Amino acid sequence: MQNLFAPGHRACAGCAMPTAVKLILDAAGPNTIVASPTGCLEVISTPFPESAWEVPWVHSLFENAAAVASGIDVVMKRLGKEDTNILVIGGDGSTFDIGIGCISGMFERGHNVKYICYDNEAYMNTGVQRSSSTPFCTNTTTTPAGKVSFGNPLPKKDMPAIAVAHRVPYVATASVAYPVDLRKKVKRACGIKGPAYIQISAPCITGWNFEAGNTIEIARLAVETCLSPLYEYVNGELDGVKKVRSKKPVEDYLKTQGRYRHLFRKDGGAEVIGKIQAMADANALKFGLLD
Amino acid sequence: MKLSLGAMAEPGSTRVTKTGAWRTFVPQLDHAACIKCSLCEIYCPEACIHQVDGLFVPDLDYCKGCGVCANECPRKAIEMILEEK
Amino acid sequence: MADSSANAGLKLESMKVVEGSYALAHAVMCCSPDVVSAYPITPQTHIVEHLSQFVADGLMPSEFITVDSEFSALSALVGSSVAGARCYSATTSQGLALMFEVLYNVSGMRLPVVMTVANRALSAPLSIWNDHQDSMGVRDSGWIQLYAESVQEAVDLTPIAYKIAEDEDILTPAMVCMDGFILTHVYEPVQLLDLETVNEFLPPYTPKIVLDPKNPKTFGAFVDPSMFTEYRYMQCQAQNKALSAIERADREFSEIFGRSYGGLLEVYGGDDAEVMLIAMGSVSGTIKDTIDELRSDGVKVGLTRIRSFRPFPVEAIRKAVADAHVIAVIEKDVTVGNDGALVSEIKAALYNSKVGIPVIGFAVGLGGRDVTVADVKRAVAKALAAKDGRMDHEFEFLSLREELL
Repeated sequence: MQNLFAPGHRACAGCAMPTAVKLILDAAGPNTIVASPTGCLEVISTPFPESAWEVPWVHSLFENAAAVASGIDVVMKRLGKEDTNILVIGGDGSTFDIGIGCISGMFERGHNVKYICYDNEAYMNTGVQRSSSTPFCTNTTTTPAGKVSFGNPLPKKDMPAIAVAHRVPYVATASVAYPVDLRKKVKRACGIKGPAYIQISAPCITGWNFEAGNTIEIARLAVETCLSPLYEYVNGELDGVKKVRSKKPVEDYLKTQGRYRHLFRKDGGAEVIGKIQAMADANALKFGLLD
Repeated sequence: MKLSLGAMAEPGSTRVTKTGAWRTFVPQLDHAACIKCSLCEIYCPEACIHQVDGLFVPDLDYCKGCGVCANECPRKAIEMILEEK
Repeated sequence: MADSSANAGLKLESMKVVEGSYALAHAVMCCSPDVVSAYPITPQTHIVEHLSQFVADGLMPSEFITVDSEFSALSALVGSSVAGARCYSATTSQGLALMFEVLYNVSGMRLPVVMTVANRALSAPLSIWNDHQDSMGVRDSGWIQLYAESVQEAVDLTPIAYKIAEDEDILTPAMVCMDGFILTHVYEPVQLLDLETVNEFLPPYTPKIVLDPKNPKTFGAFVDPSMFTEYRYMQCQAQNKALSAIERADREFSEIFGRSYGGLLEVYGGDDAEVMLIAMGSVSGTIKDTIDELRSDGVKVGLTRIRSFRPFPVEAIRKAVADAHVIAVIEKDVTVGNDGALVSEIKAALYNSKVGIPVIGFAVGLGGRDVTVADVKRAVAKALAAKDGRMDHEFEFLSLREELL
């Protein structure tokens, strides 16, 4: 495995994101240019004068990585270097919310940019505030659980569906707990012409509130409970689904993280867990996750 | 050090920062039990477990002691022990 | 109109009557940008439409990105520029405001992007007509700002802007400001540029370090307090160097094209002006006509037309007004809560100098209101009163319609 993301970066011990980046770059290879938005990845990897990136990398602003990548794509085409992979690697905050306009434009114009979102389900770099990727009834600092609240009242935005609606030829979800699957998907994305969107489930120790060593286990539980389904859409059609061999109840996942502690302590918590279970079951049905 | 134009940085230069200083626990690998599945290498966020002469060894300059490798090892061949400093 | 060295190189036979926007787009084409990335907004639209047509007709081998917003337009150019391309955009008003973040980003990353700003008023209230509030609002963003009086000057400033921006010692983005509608939509005779001659003046853009997998570098790292100040300082140093680069470029342009505009500023009306008017942009044409009339009535009035607002030519201004008795600044903006930006900066430039004359300021032409010779004459009359110690207001709205208030 070639490592194009150097150690010495400032990520929290046990963070899923550098693992994901390492696997992404291993699959894409050194003939790759990366644009990142502002966020955890950018901050932990480039404290001037240091940089962890062993591939060419550019950071501009929080919400414009997709536009920056569009500009790079146009120049690579002009130079006859279309075989250079152009990736955006950014978090859910910049992808689902503030950057969605630029992303829509990049998708719609059909740029040869592979947009990879590491999804830790909140604005983690600024202190765990809610994003539109934050799941139902999750505790964040702007949707805290409290005397009269169970946390975020809104469901997670379906960003992959938005990509599919833009006729992005390759759309996939992945997880750090399934590294072989993740690498395969990145390779597949790099192999097709045009835009691609990959969303990687990446647990955050600080924001989700769990012991450092449990990152991968929790990512695996997210998939095994059907809360984070792993699938691929090719040219708008559901093309590949990672089946869940033994489905686990969502409680097994929720109880591992402090951000769901309130569901086990407050009156009415069990009802909320029931709603979350229904969402997981709906995923299982929609994507055919079970045999 | 002279400042580069526009805050441009050199590739891989984070290597000067030895994040090994962060850790409290250090991984201890039982090489006899190891089946060389390389999952520890795959999952390590610091990319600091490597195969050296056939054995998986953490690079203690960078290992933050997170414990992901110990948690994921299918043979439980890695133990996190409190480091003596 | 009195002859100036700007007109010296113009031959009527080779000039064409074209729309200002067409001439500007044609000038951009002659600068051979690699990437054009722009979003339509009145009154810039004709510029980008012409550029699209040039590309579609195979006249201009540039990439044209039909972006989804002005914010995306300039952001895309960040990527293109760091990948090594010569980049161009155009915008105005709301679009310039939307790009606010990216302007600072481009200048901080020292990317030599050139952008035409077709000056227009900012909403609210909504207005599509000309004033300078838009470019004044971003005067702190680190971009070089050059103001054109005529279509010809805007055309000529385009390759000049690239030459200065791409100078290895400067590497600072530049905006060429031309008054929206007044210059973009006017039809007048223009000497169009040509590719061959522009290539004599403007060398190709060959940045040393770019996004390249063969030589990977990181662009846009974050900088902590121990080094940030020095980065801002280096930008200020570069703008300082631009002062002489602007004068040098004016001379070099003149040697090849036969047209010179005076460098950092243009002085009109003789060197014995007692009333010195100061202005930027197309209103200078009306002011020059007024000066001609007033001079024939014996009024010793002159104009110092500021061409470079950023970098602000402090020394050149001090020299130009050294012998005047009063200064009247006529500008198309007001920094709400204080006076106009230009008059404030003029006063600041003179405060610690030996020039201790009264300075008054006028906001004119806001939201596209026509500025007439009669208006300028009233300003001169107020300046003469101020010279004699009767300054009613240090700054006022000239031609305010009291009956509406």
